[in-house]
Amino acid sequence: MARRWTAGLLAVLLVSVVAGTALGAIHVPFGSVVQVVGHHLFLLPGEQTWSAPRDSIVWEVRLPRVILAAVVGAGLAVSGMALQAMVRNLLADPYLLGVSSGASTGAAAAILFGVTLGLGEHMLSASAFVGAIAASTLVYVVARSAGRVTSTRLLLAGVAVGYALQAVTSFLIFASDSAEGARSVMFWLLGSLALAAWGQPLAVAVVVVLLAVAVLTVLGRQLDALAVGDETALALGVPPERFRTGLLVLVALCVAVVVSAAGAVGFVGLVVPHLARRAVGAAHTRAVPVAALMGAILLIWADVLARVLLAPQEIPIGIITAVVGAPFLLILVRRLQATAA
Amino acid sequence: MIVAEDLHFGYDARPVLHGVGLEARPGRVLGLLGPNGSGKTTALRMLYGSLRPARGRVTIGGRPLATLRPREVAQQVAVVVQESDADTMLTVREMVTLGRLPRLGTFQRAGAADRQAIDAALARVGATHLAARAYTDLSGGERQRVLVARALAQEADFLLLDEPTNHLDIRYQHEVLGLVREVATSAVVVLHDLNLAARYCDDLVLLHRGRVAAAGPPDLVLDPDLLERVYGIGVTRTDAAGYPQLLFHPLAATSERLSA
Repeated sequence: MARRWTAGLLAVLLVSVVAGTALGAIHVPFGSVVQVVGHHLFLLPGEQTWSAPRDSIVWEVRLPRVILAAVVGAGLAVSGMALQAMVRNLLADPYLLGVSSGASTGAAAAILFGVTLGLGEHMLSASAFVGAIAASTLVYVVARSAGRVTSTRLLLAGVAVGYALQAVTSFLIFASDSAEGARSVMFWLLGSLALAAWGQPLAVAVVVVLLAVAVLTVLGRQLDALAVGDETALALGVPPERFRTGLLVLVALCVAVVVSAAGAVGFVGLVVPHLARRAVGAAHTRAVPVAALMGAILLIWADVLARVLLAPQEIPIGIITAVVGAPFLLILVRRLQATAA
Repeated sequence: MIVAEDLHFGYDARPVLHGVGLEARPGRVLGLLGPNGSGKTTALRMLYGSLRPARGRVTIGGRPLATLRPREVAQQVAVVVQESDADTMLTVREMVTLGRLPRLGTFQRAGAADRQAIDAALARVGATHLAARAYTDLSGGERQRVLVARALAQEADFLLLDEPTNHLDIRYQHEVLGLVREVATSAVVVLHDLNLAARYCDDLVLLHRGRVAAAGPPDLVLDPDLLERVYGIGVTRTDAAGYPQLLFHPLAATSERLSA
């Protein structure tokens, strides 16, 4: 059952990557996409029958963007799933750790005040990353007391730090003179894949997210135990505090990388874990890979919509994921009430 | 054998245990008794490392608990804990499968031997027909049976249970403890109900204000005068089917105070 889901989703992901590369303001035939990608990837010999602009659209612009979409979707989905298990709350999402608010503050500071830190073109991502890691460290320090981090304390610390940093971000926007700067911060806050390009940041994102998916899948049984309760985890030989701290580091890193590359794309990390559990059950060894695939596919298509709906104008992808995600959440709430009653 | 020596512990400034010692011997069911706040759950949690004693020590099979990794402890001691807020979406079978966790390496997948242990554990507690159900859909008695099955799948030497009869009606109280007697060679169980303890335990330790008030066979520990002192309630002892059984009534002083 789970294996069929995984295989099916892998196939859908492959089709989505091709479709996501083909669709856009300028349509490229599917065949062309396969040809161009094959040419670049495997250096396939033969006549180049397509134009240089088409080559550039497919290889330089769209493919890195589709790959980033897949990575962001997968990273948010598995981070959300791990956090929901860690704090035992189905409404937890990857931004609970203060990561997104920290990244937003970092990005806002970079955009509005040009805090360049000598990082050149990667300045925005780097500043967001620093903000994200600083904020999640703060959440961890606040949540930790007498060497213990409980799920309730983590939840409350995350919410508190999140609100505080939102206030800082709002103040930065308010205090800035630059209307253009405020607009780009807003755009960034809603999420966008427009910065995608081949290069180090994309490679780092791919590696970190794949690592997170692999580790969370391998530790699936331990996550199951932790999701039932701390005493249960301990009784089964999983030290809850230490395991949770390790998970926190992994998830914070994953979310920080994702958010600094694409902004705070909402709802994916909240909704996709539920869809995955509904499909293959709650055992994490099966649910984590399925959530990763679902998140990747969902974000690829959300980005296609973001590019196509008002073409040539782009809609921030966070608006699309919210429009798609909110109804899912409402259905979920109705279902939960039905089972509780 | 699990041996606890001279356990001291306090929550914040409030002392809970003052020098409690006990021995859980192989092949016997040890009951931990005492009024609310006497420290029986605290003492139990120290036996599997959930709490560390401020003073004193616990050994499992002669090795100090403090030197064992959680995984090594879980290979020798299985704990039945009912999490109060468990809203897991795991099925019953997945829940029991978790019992194999201490036996599997990180990269090791559950194999035929694991599946056999899980099937056997489910069958042993009569929960085979529940395997595909969601754990949270079960009744209290069924949940308790599933948790015992998980502990059995763990194939540990000792079974620890914290008030396994809580929230269960009388029939299920007997059913769960009967099951423990039947399946566990060695167990430590925290109990509220003294008559259940008399019926199902080989040895008893009665705690009172963080100290051992009495320890030994039920016949000795369930002494009416002693219980009257520890619980502050009148106790009359009779016998039923060869087991001591107790009847409780308010002490004169208590009833006077209540009616005043």
